Amino acid sequence: MKRSITVLVAAVSAMLLAGCASDKPVTGGGATASAAPSASAASPATGEQSKFFVQADYDAQLAMRAQTAEGPEDKPWEQAIAPQMTDTATYKKDGPYHLCFSNAAVNNPWRQVGWKTMQAEVALHKEIAEFTALDAEGKDDKQISDIAELTGKDCDALIVSPNTTATLTPAVSGACPKLPVIVFDRGVETDCPVTFINPIGGYAFGADGAEFLVEKVPAGGKVLALRILPGVDVLETRWSAAKVTFDKSELDVVGVEFTDGDAAKTKSIVSDYIARHGKIDGVWMDAGATAVAAIEAFEDAGQPVPAIVGEDQQDFLQKWKDGNLTAVAPTYPTYQWRTPIIAALKILKGEEVPKTWKLPQPKITSENLDSYLQPDMPPLHYALCGCEDLPGFPGAWGGKEN
Amino acid sequence: MRALRTLGPIVVVLAVLLALIAAANPFFLEPAGFLAFLKRAAPLVILAAGQYFVIVSGEFDLSVGSLVTVQVVVAARLIDGDEAATWPVLALLVAIGLLIGLANGVITTALRVPSFITTLGMMLVLSGAVFLWTGGAPRGALSEAFRTFGRKDLGPVPWSVLILLAAGGAAIALMRSDFGRRLVAAGDNERAASLSGVRVNRTRTLAFVLSGLAAAVAGILLGGFAGVSAQVGQGLEFQAITAVVLGGVALGGGRGSVAAAMAGAFTLEALFTLLNLYGISGALEFAVQGVIIIAAVAAGAVRLPLRRTAHV
Repeated sequence: MKRSITVLVAAVSAMLLAGCASDKPVTGGGATASAAPSASAASPATGEQSKFFVQADYDAQLAMRAQTAEGPEDKPWEQAIAPQMTDTATYKKDGPYHLCFSNAAVNNPWRQVGWKTMQAEVALHKEIAEFTALDAEGKDDKQISDIAELTGKDCDALIVSPNTTATLTPAVSGACPKLPVIVFDRGVETDCPVTFINPIGGYAFGADGAEFLVEKVPAGGKVLALRILPGVDVLETRWSAAKVTFDKSELDVVGVEFTDGDAAKTKSIVSDYIARHGKIDGVWMDAGATAVAAIEAFEDAGQPVPAIVGEDQQDFLQKWKDGNLTAVAPTYPTYQWRTPIIAALKILKGEEVPKTWKLPQPKITSENLDSYLQPDMPPLHYALCGCEDLPGFPGAWGGKEN
Repeated sequence: MRALRTLGPIVVVLAVLLALIAAANPFFLEPAGFLAFLKRAAPLVILAAGQYFVIVSGEFDLSVGSLVTVQVVVAARLIDGDEAATWPVLALLVAIGLLIGLANGVITTALRVPSFITTLGMMLVLSGAVFLWTGGAPRGALSEAFRTFGRKDLGPVPWSVLILLAAGGAAIALMRSDFGRRLVAAGDNERAASLSGVRVNRTRTLAFVLSGLAAAVAGILLGGFAGVSAQVGQGLEFQAITAVVLGGVALGGGRGSVAAAMAGAFTLEALFTLLNLYGISGALEFAVQGVIIIAAVAAGAVRLPLRRTAHV
């Protein structure tokens, strides 16, 4: 009964949101689909498969995880997985350049870290004479007018980080004929941009965490899945991939709960589950912002922290190190904010760029934890910023200067 | 029996909700389970008590949510993991709460800006200030000592439950004092109160100060419970107002008891817990709050003429 209500609510929410937040099909650059399992067998514990689930994209992303990216080894933000280069000779012009950026928002720590990283990347290049950025504050309508305003200025290239996929597509399509357009993070439903840049994606993120739990939690173990909210494409893909993994496994998914990304609510939910089931053997999360709150719920209940999935934020990595936890951190690296600037300069110099620029998406494990833990950085800093060599580090990212 | 009457029908609703929770989650009936619920509810109950003072005097305080966020973010940045900084920062947080309350009160009464606007403005000022200061991502860390109040227990009882008992007791005592009577009089009929010697402006300003203090305490408890977050206070102002009207306190002032307002907060928290137990998404919480506020005010408007005739 309880579960059917959840499913109903999730399904209705997904349907309502599907119209305005559908994800661009990721046709991974030349990736061959692997023989992935069918997701049709819906187990009662994990509910129906998400309306956002696209089998081909799932297969492509999971296959991409095993592929080696091309490019300089110490600069993952310049690497590309199976790139198919596109010619940019028509955009070639002499510098100095005026780059423009329409940003969806800077309303969360992930975007904050990314935005600082992008600004520092701009500062590296003397040939960028001017950099104009407009913040859409999370509003589609503002971003549409921002893009219109920027195309009317004398920008040499336009970078767009779309707030939502479908709604921003016409605005991006309108800008394409006027100047070279670079899209990153979320996509749009047109291939008119010169390049679309993002890491492998949500299916890989979700599967990385779920596969870790399948490996570490004994068969029959109780797993609690925590999601931020339903109906958001980038989060739905993470969960839907985890669901496929869990459904194939012997794990007992005792609950799938929504936390709204709120630490207090997360802690309450986890405490309730510990109380109800006596013991939880694994926690899967679709984003790491509240992972520390989940860990504390076990600490406060006087229980050992079970296998847990977080993200690359410093507070989680610190907790992981201090408590010697069984943990994994899939990432959606913030270093992708460097790539659009690099791409824009390549395009304006007439150098070819990948049409679909897929960046590597590493995960943090116990083996490489120490290289990502930076105690002098703020608790919500993302370790995979790729910003350590940039001017102003660590102060500009809130870190302590030594 | 008299206590039951001052609390009103809200206790019945609360009892039903608690029974439903217990049916879905038997652990709730054990002392540890119930104390965990009280611990979780404590910040909202304290905020509701603070909001009650303001509402019963005929005003609103929309700034408490962002004030809570300010408290937690400021605490994390100033303490930065240093245990020695805990007590000075706690004192500073209380001072910030009192000061913001005082500012709300003075602007509303002396400058005659409607409190809806004053505190809405304050909410925006505070959230903008937090955003500017943190750049969207809070820095620093809270000390263990700071987190004790929201997280740890004294023996079997959580600290936050003890603080809740103290704050609730103080609020009830305050409403039984002369100040309480003046506050209700100011909210019921400002002119009559002022003619009978109540200094309405000063009384209302004090109500805002108490609300600011409640926000400071709630912020300390919430930061202790779950740690640093820039979203910690989001929506709390509406939860507090919903709790107060749910307790049968009239928007516009002059009617209702602080005990009922706190019972309203428990009821709201119980409702959220129940929704959560049945796996209903958080988005519905806003809808539920909206329905409660509108329904409570509408019900109050219907009841009003009856009350008038009863008094004649």
